[in-house]
Amino acid sequence: MTELYQTQRSMRRMRKQAMDRGVIAILDVGTSKIGCLVLRFDGSEKFLGADGVGSLAGQSSFRVIGAATTRSRGVTFGEIDAMQETERAIRTAVQAAQKMANVRVDHVIACFAGARPRSYGLDGQTELAESIVTENDVARVLAACDVPDYGREREVLHAQPVNFAIDHRSGLSDPRGQMGNSLAVDMHLLTVDSSAVQNLLYCIKRCDLELAGLASSSYVSGISALVEDEQELGAACIDLGGGATGVSIFIKKHMIFSDSVRIGGDHITQDISKGLKVPLNVAERIKTFYGGVMATGIDDREMIEIGGDTGDWELDRRTVSRAELIGIMRPRVEEILEEVRVRLDGAGFDQLPAQQIVLTGGGSQIPGLDGLASRILGQQVRLGRPLRVQGLPQAATGPAFSSAVGLCLFAAHPQDEWWDFDVPADRYPARSLKRAVKWFRDNW
Amino acid sequence: MQPVTPPQPQHDPAPSRFSYRLNRWMLTPFYRRALRTGVPALVMLGTVIWYVSDEARVNQITDTAREARQAIEERPEFMVKVMSVEGASPELAEAVRSDLALRLPMSSFEMDLDAMRLKVEAFNAVASANLRIRSGGVLAVEITERQPAVLWRSADGLSLLDAGGHMVAGASLRADWPDLPVIAGPGAEMVVPEALELIAAAAPLKSRLRGLVRMGERRWDVVLDRGQRLLLPEDQPVGALERLIALDTGRDMLQRDITVVDFRNPRRPTVRLNNNAIHELQTIRDIESGDLAR
Repeated sequence: MTELYQTQRSMRRMRKQAMDRGVIAILDVGTSKIGCLVLRFDGSEKFLGADGVGSLAGQSSFRVIGAATTRSRGVTFGEIDAMQETERAIRTAVQAAQKMANVRVDHVIACFAGARPRSYGLDGQTELAESIVTENDVARVLAACDVPDYGREREVLHAQPVNFAIDHRSGLSDPRGQMGNSLAVDMHLLTVDSSAVQNLLYCIKRCDLELAGLASSSYVSGISALVEDEQELGAACIDLGGGATGVSIFIKKHMIFSDSVRIGGDHITQDISKGLKVPLNVAERIKTFYGGVMATGIDDREMIEIGGDTGDWELDRRTVSRAELIGIMRPRVEEILEEVRVRLDGAGFDQLPAQQIVLTGGGSQIPGLDGLASRILGQQVRLGRPLRVQGLPQAATGPAFSSAVGLCLFAAHPQDEWWDFDVPADRYPARSLKRAVKWFRDNW
Repeated sequence: MQPVTPPQPQHDPAPSRFSYRLNRWMLTPFYRRALRTGVPALVMLGTVIWYVSDEARVNQITDTAREARQAIEERPEFMVKVMSVEGASPELAEAVRSDLALRLPMSSFEMDLDAMRLKVEAFNAVASANLRIRSGGVLAVEITERQPAVLWRSADGLSLLDAGGHMVAGASLRADWPDLPVIAGPGAEMVVPEALELIAAAAPLKSRLRGLVRMGERRWDVVLDRGQRLLLPEDQPVGALERLIALDTGRDMLQRDITVVDFRNPRRPTVRLNNNAIHELQTIRDIESGDLAR
């Protein structure tokens, strides 16, 4: 645990360095595409509007100066499985973004979808040394959380305090400076497979980049796709990616649950490829051009040229009706949504006061998906697109980029996590100095 | 299983590790600046050094430059053909000409007007000089001459001094400058302005004035004809002289048989008589006292 604490702290230091230098890169390692954005931080006052109010209420202290995406290689289910290939894809994206930004980036914040995230709710309680809560008390109560045994092959990705309680007053977002006798905290802990993280770290290191932060893709796409009151009142963000579908539940502007379903858009493509006996790239093209999940009467008459390059006239001249295509796609989409439903139910999503569901990610562009989703997930379903940030090219404003944009916001305003607080003094192995000082102060 | 090192596809969009690194290297501001300015500067410097390393080429460059410069300097617009000396007596003008010794026509670029002005001002008779090159190729030397104010008689002979005590020229004969007063005595040339004030104050005695003599480098004697001397005090000699002249106009003092009027102490002027006058005075006193028999 301390080792992880140290690595996370060093990543925070890296992030600070990158902020000082003013340039940081965002890397979204997905199954179908790898996106790289280069951000420039100049301080918020530089982008003030005419009326003195910054655009996006001051959120946009940064500007996207370089953006590039490339087809992902060697990634399945949001995890790296062929490192050389992934490394090449990352190099391609980073180099293109650097070229557009015309600046060299050394620090990168990365996110990934897979690696079997698992959420834990932790709580801890401590008596206050003085009657006023200090930073040190917060650190102590965070350290007092009893960490579950999440397994040796896993690592903590996020550890965010989501709720503080002083005595019997709960629901505090920031207890510092308040008075009370005991302080309790609820913490959300997200663990992932450490091998996936190690692979990603290795790939990024091979590209001569320094990792300044690591985030879960479902978390950051929730940041960008949910509007503020959805985050406040309670909502689930479903990021339909290529190889994995991320689920994250937000309430009171904190993520309280995150999970991922290991099915995604690539599986729909594979179904089409198998069902229609076409190559994968043709299946992908057919899916994006003609795909859908709600069949209507006209779809029976709309014939799609499948095409082919075999030389066999019969095979190359096949056509298929759109209804047939929908018949292939719909079960898979339903399966994804059912799985999501199971995860949401397991997390107790139906207990939340508001049950808004936001679909985002590249897969959410399937026509008719919101209708299908509202049948499976509940009535309050909408399609979400990422927040607009300064300088983002038009091509990168679609829902497929919600995790990249969310990572930008994460880079600009990271939430306080466990490792942002100092280790309390009594947890230090060598606490003699502090005790000596305390003894000195007490006795003189 | 696929081969461990799969055959490279025909077109891989990914940059190789080397080209990726090179690309990042080129995006580093320091190297970019070095390449954009440093390398061209080095190349230019190298070229210049290589070119200069051969002496023949350097000589060729300097020769060409010199010829071009000469061609410009010798254009008729810049040539000085005539020299005119203004405000000087003919002898002085001739002396200035011979001293400057210009070989006209001459390019104005070759003239050092300041040095020439200093040379002209080195003449004793020249108070100030002003040199300029007028249009039409004329070097105009405008000279202000010193005006002689007194004749100074020293051990070396007679010389002319201006009002400031500066030497103007030598003189051979007193008679050549009848209208100038004469001063003499050691240190007289240092206090010419005071002497001129005295001479101006002595205007009523002008017909009798022979000159001024500096005594002991501190005070003046006014020498009149018939060997008369007026000894003036050290301070405020002009006032003393004016009082003396007032005495003279009232009592005709200087007409009498007096050798010296001693005004060194203005409260107690003293006169010295001639021998004859003393005898005469003695006789008169004897007659008055009735001691004529003696």
